[in-house]
Amino acid sequence: MSVAVSQPGRTSRPADGATAIEVRNLVKAFYDASGDRITLATTDVNFTVKRGEFVCIVGPSGCGKTTVLRILAGLEQSLSGQVRIDSAAEPAMVFQEASVLPWLTVAQNVAFPLSLKGVSRQKQRERVGELLALTGLTEFADARPHQLSGGMKQRVSVARALVDDRDVLLMDEPFGALDEQTRLTLQQELLGIWERTGKTVVFITHSVDEALTLADRVLVMSPRPGTIVADLAVPFERPRDVVEMRRDKRFWDLTYEVWRLLAASPEH
Amino acid sequence: MTTAHPSLTPDEIERLKAPARREKLHRILSYFSPLLLLLLWELAAQAALIDRRFFPPPSAIAGTAWQMIVSLELFEHIGATLRRVAVGYAMGAIPGVLLGLILGLSAPVRRILGPIFAALYPVPKIAILPLILLIFGVGDASKFVVIAIGVFFLMFYNTLGGVMQIPQIYLDVARNAGATRFQTFRRIALPSALPSIFTGLKLAAGSSFIIIAAAEFLGARSGVGFFIWASWQTFAVSRMFVGIVVISLMGYLTILALEALERRFVPWAKH
Repeated sequence: MSVAVSQPGRTSRPADGATAIEVRNLVKAFYDASGDRITLATTDVNFTVKRGEFVCIVGPSGCGKTTVLRILAGLEQSLSGQVRIDSAAEPAMVFQEASVLPWLTVAQNVAFPLSLKGVSRQKQRERVGELLALTGLTEFADARPHQLSGGMKQRVSVARALVDDRDVLLMDEPFGALDEQTRLTLQQELLGIWERTGKTVVFITHSVDEALTLADRVLVMSPRPGTIVADLAVPFERPRDVVEMRRDKRFWDLTYEVWRLLAASPEH
Repeated sequence: MTTAHPSLTPDEIERLKAPARREKLHRILSYFSPLLLLLLWELAAQAALIDRRFFPPPSAIAGTAWQMIVSLELFEHIGATLRRVAVGYAMGAIPGVLLGLILGLSAPVRRILGPIFAALYPVPKIAILPLILLIFGVGDASKFVVIAIGVFFLMFYNTLGGVMQIPQIYLDVARNAGATRFQTFRRIALPSALPSIFTGLKLAAGSSFIIIAAAEFLGARSGVGFFIWASWQTFAVSRMFVGIVVISLMGYLTILALEALERRFVPWAKH
């Protein structure tokens, strides 16, 4: 099913080739007992992600891309198929909407995973300080979530997902609800963070533009029941400039290619 | 984040701060609004629009109250009532909140045990008071129990409702961060449900004073409820009203105190 439209991209920090995530023949269905109806969410999903790679999954709403991510995160069970994640810890997740806990301050939100693990207060403070600096939140450390903009809240989510330094980062349309300028800023910052930390990232989006901006590879999903219909390498060099890369003709060729695939995906 | 801002004129700063100041004024006025009711009553009694034998004017009741305060007569009754409410309230609220959290978080437990609470809840607490008096005697224990039962259900259902409304995403965040069941309970469910828990605490405080008044009518030798009943029996209507005002005031002040606690512990919710 894989369609290669260009050679694998050269990245400034190439993946070492080891497989971090392997998904084989994944099937997920939902059963609605009141209507006695079965809905097939995804069917026969196959892909692998190499260690240190940044992979985006694009697809129309309801194609099951979020479901795939939730299964990777262990928040849902697959009906059948195999999911193998080669990592010491469970993947960390950055959620779609405001997932910042409203009763905690920004610093307490970022510290949340550490505080559950009983990390000493001193260590928590140091680590949270680093993450707040990394995400530009230092001066908001003691703010309450309701005082923050949408962009700020998503920075908190990103900082929280990074705080306990897990190898795999799963991102579920984290910037979907933001305005375009904020999204561009956060995309640039995310790329910077990724380049520094070398995480393996699986990033869900319905925005073709966002996928091409961020990813080493873009997986295109069909409408429900979702399956991977294409696996495209994104050739832009790293580090990327999210604004400048739009001057590259290849960006628009790839945009066209992905749109063509999305438009051609058969309705099941 | 600072109040002084060089590029704003004093007038602009003034207008900027006006809504917050109005809100503060509203809060101050809210303490006095119940007094309006007393004023209407006084005027009606003075104008003989209502029968003074049954509804003496608040000024006459205040005179009686003053004598009773000076003679320290009422404080013993207030103390007895407060003790019964406080103990019964705690006995009902703590298990109510805990069971509300457990049933809220666990769908199987909720489906299986939920009907027990649904069946018991509509039983009027006062209707079972004779039974409770029989089992626990006419002392304080029976008052603790009847209040605890009333408080329990209000706390249970408010906490349950609060937990059921927790956005799934908060539970997902906890799970993804590796929270244990107890950590999810303590760190997510409890704070999420806190606004509903406070609603329950306020409702339960109000109903505690209703229940204790009735309970003290029936089987007590002390307490504000007993005092109201005893005054009525001797047709000391002014004294009866003092009792009614005192017990209402006790309920009102308790709710004010709970609201202060709510602002302290639920700073993220709107008030």
